[in-house]
Amino acid sequence: MKLWRKPLDADTVKVPRGRIYIIKDQCKGCGFCVQYCPRNVLELSQEFNKKGYHPPVAAREEDCVSCGLCELICPEFAIYAELVEEEKQKDSQETQKAEV
Amino acid sequence: MNRSASSTTDVVDKQSHPMSDLLRMDRMPHIWCSGCGLGTTLTCFIMAVRESGIDEKKIAVVSGIGCSGRVAGYINLDSFHTTHGRAIPFATGLALANPELRVVVYSGDGDLVAIGGNHFIHAARRNMDILVICVNNFNYGMTGGQAGPTTPVSARATTAPYGNYEYPFNIPYLSIASGATYVARWTALHMRRLKNSIAEALPKKGFRVIEIICPCPTAFARRNRLGTGLDLMKYYHDNSIIKHGADPREADIGMTGKIIVGKFLDIERPTFRDFLVENVWPKIGRK
Repeated sequence: MKLWRKPLDADTVKVPRGRIYIIKDQCKGCGFCVQYCPRNVLELSQEFNKKGYHPPVAAREEDCVSCGLCELICPEFAIYAELVEEEKQKDSQETQKAEV
Repeated sequence: MNRSASSTTDVVDKQSHPMSDLLRMDRMPHIWCSGCGLGTTLTCFIMAVRESGIDEKKIAVVSGIGCSGRVAGYINLDSFHTTHGRAIPFATGLALANPELRVVVYSGDGDLVAIGGNHFIHAARRNMDILVICVNNFNYGMTGGQAGPTTPVSARATTAPYGNYEYPFNIPYLSIASGATYVARWTALHMRRLKNSIAEALPKKGFRVIEIICPCPTAFARRNRLGTGLDLMKYYHDNSIIKHGADPREADIGMTGKIIVGKFLDIERPTFRDFLVENVWPKIGRK
């Protein structure tokens, strides 16, 4: 049984979606972004980069809201997030459907 | 830059980073260790420069020697890498000769309060128009982890294998006692607060000091068995208390116990140049 109500503006307020970009060869695998991502989007990957570190990978990118914390905490200037525009989201969904 | 068209999230071109215009990307990746917080503080500084809306050509960054001294080489603003401890004298000259310039001294604890200690207290006494960002990692990291002026009592260092038994400097207390007009302390984990603090202090006048507690995993944490940079960040998360307007005498940092962070002081006081223009220039016939 759900006791909470749906917010009145739930139809108009959209959760923003972000896209994460990782400059792999600049990463030194400190794990700050993985630990402090508020939506727990990132994970350290198993692969090695040029310097022998494990760069992060966006394991749950659909949860990213482009808050920018990974860009702010990264000491290596190796990660950033960008807001995905809604139209593009729709387009990509449509293209996916078309491909299916 | 072909960002949105790629199907993966991996980027090969480092020039695509949104901060690449204010960084010398040809120098990247930088020399700072994995888990060091200096890069995070530099990110906060760059974001604060953008946020403050000050013309980037009117900002000069001066660094001393040490890990944090490398900032002058990595930031794509007018910058100068001075000799050890002499960042503040150089910045004093810049600020006096060109009052339009916002002068930032970006250096470490060993450079600013040990070797440049006298310059620090006297620039604060004269109220020079400088923003000092002091990155405190509790030792001389670049030269191998020697004990410095901020090494906590009982901490181990290369030159203190049985523990350091000299009392450390409390940088907010030292700055306020010497006459600074804006004093704040943050850790490398308080990114947004640190960014806001730098953006607040940048357009102000007078001698402003922002101390940043920064993890040093290779030298300080290794000798004291404190773990990785991430473990230190977790320690700051659990043990820092935000207390604006706190008494700086109580803001000592030990090996255990809480780290008091926040804005300690924010006052206005005429700067040295204000006095010069007001009182000396009319007497010597200069306008």
